[in-house]
Amino acid sequence: MNKQWQGVLLAGIGMFMALPALAQSELVPDMGKLTATAGVIQIEGASGGGLVPWATITGYGSRDSYGANLHYSYVGTQDYALGSYGVAVGIADRVELSVAKQRFSGSLAPLNNLRIEQDIYGAKVKLAGDLVYDQDSWMPQIAAGVMFKHNDGVGGLGAVTNVKGLDAASDSGIDYYLAATKLLLSQSLLLNLTLRATKANQMGLLGFGGDLNDHYQAMLEASAAYLLNRKLAIGAEYRMNPHNLSTDYGKDYYDAFIAWFPTKNLSLTLAYVSLGQITVYDPKRQDGVYLSAQVGF
Amino acid sequence: MTMSTTPSNLAALACVGTLLAALAMPLQAQQAQPTTDSSLFQDFGGLDVLRKVVDDTLALALADVRIKDTFKDVDMKRLARLITEQFCELTGGPCKYSGDPMKEVHQGLGLSNRQFNALVEDLQQAMDQSRVPSRTQNRLLALLAPMQRSIVSK
Repeated sequence: MNKQWQGVLLAGIGMFMALPALAQSELVPDMGKLTATAGVIQIEGASGGGLVPWATITGYGSRDSYGANLHYSYVGTQDYALGSYGVAVGIADRVELSVAKQRFSGSLAPLNNLRIEQDIYGAKVKLAGDLVYDQDSWMPQIAAGVMFKHNDGVGGLGAVTNVKGLDAASDSGIDYYLAATKLLLSQSLLLNLTLRATKANQMGLLGFGGDLNDHYQAMLEASAAYLLNRKLAIGAEYRMNPHNLSTDYGKDYYDAFIAWFPTKNLSLTLAYVSLGQITVYDPKRQDGVYLSAQVGF
Repeated sequence: MTMSTTPSNLAALACVGTLLAALAMPLQAQQAQPTTDSSLFQDFGGLDVLRKVVDDTLALALADVRIKDTFKDVDMKRLARLITEQFCELTGGPCKYSGDPMKEVHQGLGLSNRQFNALVEDLQQAMDQSRVPSRTQNRLLALLAPMQRSIVSK
């Protein structure tokens, strides 16, 4: 079965599972969660930080309701740019479904015409714990998620039109992750650990698997944030990447961010990101700015 | 599915683990005995500030369309006194909560998470009005948050 349709099917199952909860409530979204407790939309379209998916469910719908968010994110480094936009829906503060499109481009010759696009369909289910209410125990909020990724091809590289031409084993792949997010209100701290099984090269922009490796590897991702007040958080993230290609080192990602939640309908995130070297052909470490805007309920 | 981790990844993992453990340390010490440490009560500014915060919270709640109806037939003066006692005791102040257990008083009200959180937001606004620092606000909220399990029944 085509990966895109797997995503749609999974989305359908998720909605079906959440129907009983919806039926009991009014259809008007209740905006019942506390400001910032749904995180922001990360670069692959799921609720989380900037780079890392968390155990949070997007939107401000409580367990009796639902929420949704649109996002646009932009990463600009010396030689590359990555745009991402999409929509994510949170149902009953339990299930999250997301769709995102990533558009990667180069600006340094000979890659100044490089264009790579990727579609990501995500689903996440909260399994245990509550981010806000479990302040008297060590129990984090835990969620399991999946991302169906399909690379739409390469442009501006002459004869190479598919990531398989760059030694990737496949142009589509599935990431599986388990995230644990703990809000330590008494410290105004939020900590997150995510374990991801993946074959994705540069999140999938350079395909999945490769000449060095074509098996799943466990990657650790971590985030820590300090809540300056209930509308402003600062933090940092770390994300491991696999090294599957001889043409790309798969360096780890880092970011340091500030996120602002002026209302429950809008959030803005600004970050400094370090993506490491991208491909062995460009020796420069790619550092730059990350900007993300999110609107929703 | 085969899982493998490179040595540099392992090193990073260990670093993150150490960082998380270090961050968690002060919490363990603090959460063990929240009521015997009076520093939160003092950081709030004592009983006068707590009383004003509670009064302001309830005034905001009575004007809050999300929850005002839940206070129908409630003796607001008595409620303010009881909540002040409770906050004072929770923060380590020289008071004793004289009301009934949380579960008992909220039984049958059918309160939702949205309504619980609405009162939290009113409390946050009231604490802002009294210029309670965010960090201090969150320390009180950390003590109140687990009450959701006794209060919310919807």
